[in-house]
Order: sequence, then C-alpha cells, then structure tokens
Amino acid sequence: MSDRLFVATRKGLFSFVRAPGGWKVERVSFLGDAVSLSLHDARDGALYAGLGLGHFGVKLRRSRDLGASWEDVVAPSFPKQPEGEEDKLPDGKPWPWRVEQIWALEAGNKGELWCGTIGGGLFRSEDGASSWTLVRSLWDHSKRKEWFGGGADMPGVHSICVHPRDPDVITLGVSCGGVWRSTDRGMSWELSTGMFAAYMPPARRDDPAIQDPHRVVQCRAEPDRLWSQHHNGVFRSDDAGRTWKEVPTAKPSVFGFAVAVDPNDGDKAWLVPAVKDETRVPVEAKVVVARTEDGGRNWSVLDRGLPQNEAYDITYRHGLDVDASGRRLAFGSTTGSLWISEDAGDEWTCLSTHLPPIYAVRFAAEAV
Amino acid sequence: MPRITFTSHLERHVACPSDVVAGDTARAALDTYLSRHPQVRPYLFDEQGALRQHVVIFIDGEQARDRRALADSVSPDSEIYVMQALSGGS
Repeated sequence: MSDRLFVATRKGLFSFVRAPGGWKVERVSFLGDAVSLSLHDARDGALYAGLGLGHFGVKLRRSRDLGASWEDVVAPSFPKQPEGEEDKLPDGKPWPWRVEQIWALEAGNKGELWCGTIGGGLFRSEDGASSWTLVRSLWDHSKRKEWFGGGADMPGVHSICVHPRDPDVITLGVSCGGVWRSTDRGMSWELSTGMFAAYMPPARRDDPAIQDPHRVVQCRAEPDRLWSQHHNGVFRSDDAGRTWKEVPTAKPSVFGFAVAVDPNDGDKAWLVPAVKDETRVPVEAKVVVARTEDGGRNWSVLDRGLPQNEAYDITYRHGLDVDASGRRLAFGSTTGSLWISEDAGDEWTCLSTHLPPIYAVRFAAEAV
Repeated sequence: MPRITFTSHLERHVACPSDVVAGDTARAALDTYLSRHPQVRPYLFDEQGALRQHVVIFIDGEQARDRRALADSVSPDSEIYVMQALSGGS
C-alpha cells in the first residue's frame, strides 16, 4: 500500500506520510500558492506539481526528491494564435488560446507525459516536460468548437486515462465536451456515446460532444471497465470507453464530482455524492462515500468516521484517490478536511479539518 | 538608462533582479530586460504575448496606460516598477 499522499490545495502541496503514530504532514511545498494537482511518476520517481500563480500564470515544477527541492520545468502552452483568426466559444465569447489551469497530468506508457488544461488544450511531452506539443488532432477537430465551460469559463480536459496494456489507447474526459478516445496515441479521436444530459435542451441531450463527465477513471486490471461521475449521474463503460450506460442506483444521490475505481476489480468503485446541482452540499449535511462492489447494481453508504452533522464538505473531481492495493483511499474537501481509509472505505480517519481548500488528492506511486 | 524593479512577490517564484536597461518605451526596456533574463517572460506575458491581466507596470510612479503595445515612453532616468494588480485573489 502507498504510505505517502500528496494533497494539492489552494495554498500549497501537502505531503502526508504514514508514520508509526498515524499519518502526518511531512512537508508543505509552495505554501501560499495554488497547486491544482500533482503527479508522482512511477517510471522515474519524479514528482510534478501544477501551479496557478494567479497574477503570474500557470507553472509546472518537478522534484527528484519527493518535494524536498523543486526545479522549474516548462509548463504547457498554446502556440501563437494565427493572426486575424479568432476562436469563439459557442456563446460568442472569445476563446483565447491560453492555458488557464493544469487540470490533468498523467504518465504515458511510452515515456511521454500527457497534460490536460482548462482552456481546452491537450498537450504531450516526449522529453520529460522540457517541451510540450499541443495535440492538434483534437484541438483542430470540428467538434472541439462545441465545447463550453463547466465549473470554469473555459472548457477543460480533466481526465486522461492511458490504457494500461495498449499505450496507443487514450481516453479523455472533457467538461463540457464529452469523452474522447484515441487508439493511435492521439493522432485521431472519436467521441464516446451513451452519456446523456437531461438538464440540456432536448435537442442536445444526447449530443456526445457537450456531455459533462466530471471525472473519468479506468480500471488498471480490467481496462475495458471505466467509470464516470457525470453532471447528470453515474455512467459505466464495459467496452473500454466506446459506449456508456447509466448507473442510476448510486446512493444517497447520483450527483457528485469524484469517482475512483479499484485498480484490481472493475466492479468496485467509490463516489462522494452530493445534492445536485444548484446546491452542491452533502445530502442531509452528512459526508459519506458510496461504494459498489458489483458494477453498480448495489451501493453501500459508508459513513464510519465521517461527520454526520452539519457538514458541508464538497469533494472536487480530483479530490478522491485509491492506491494500487484498492484498500487504501483518501479524499479531501473544499473546506479543508482530509480523510483516509485503510479498509476500502469501511472506516475513515480524519487527518485534518483545517487544510486550505483541497483540489486534488493523490497517492504516491509505489513502483519506484 | 531606466531601471526596472520587480515586486518581491515575483522574486518568490523566479529570479528577477533589478537591472538598468536601454529603451525609450516600456516595451523596449522590458524587451531588453527579458533578453537578459528570459526566465521572467512567462511570468509577465501569456503565450499569445499579451501582458498578463493582473500584472501592472508603473513608470515613475504612474501606471502605464498602454497595456497592448506598451508604448508608454520612459526617460533615461525613469524608474519602472512591475507588480501584481491588487485586484482579485484570496
């Protein structure tokens, strides 16, 4: 099991380690700066942190010693927009070619790094973040122009699933722009089908290019199985992301942002449900995790160790993670609470209720 | 020659020493500075070359007005001060 947890927050990157007396903060990096997420790259042990410095833009940092020291590496950025060419969002507002936030960061299976951004760009680096290339096949796709913002003014790529066995297969989650799939390592893309958005005008309800999958995750051992917590509800794919089926049974609600799947068992998944959609608080002000072990037919509501009275914690899309064992989970909230479970969610331990707002929670990779 | 100085907030993130540079406009002086200290550029300008929305430039105590071309003139003894706008943030 992973004994180290990276917690990206509004005010820095917190590294927790499992010590004999329990989980402790080992160090805080970038105190005061917003860290949108981190990646611990199992291939070489490098730790990446995506920063949003507000006034001074989006930056990427790398550590070779688990955060004791950091170096500046190149953050992804768009090429110069052709003179006179104006990109517009569907509502007519300008769509600048600008990275607003690092929103997904994943290691590929051929030595590459993938980065999704708010702004809508997907980028790939073949040289360990010394340079990045905009994936033009997606950016130039006619359906990309139909994307719109979800949770931010600009659309963004928040989930990048690299197929564990076939390095050429990449699946993306875009808010609001659907699930996209490439079988040729990003040379071409197809849209997944089957998701629907009952909140949209009927003519667009089933349009795959405007779906809002808040998060998309893929099972490592059974990569045909993917889960998505969508704005409209929970969806599952049994064909490696080509098509999706609604899973209407989640309790206590089907709304939320985060989802995690057991790396060893695609039938087992966790959600952090909330009241849809205008209020976005825990159902009955009780923080719970929902777990299925049978592919979504039945759900358990897990609450042991979680606050059950006047609790208004919301967990963002990257705020829940499961380690490689499938037994250890952690999730964090916008109100700075962080919980960990050592038994697949049956019982939770609160590590803090006083952290800055939590954006992303991620266990350290173990194969280092 | 004009002198360019940066807010200490920026020094937290990137080496941006105060420097004396040639140039008779804000743009010319900044270009000279950034040719010597290229690591600072992405902190001031986005990838399309626009001055970041919340970066402001003062010339001899007055806020520069031309955010697009940065054509505000500077004199040989001008003090150029680059800082973050105080709007926004929490």
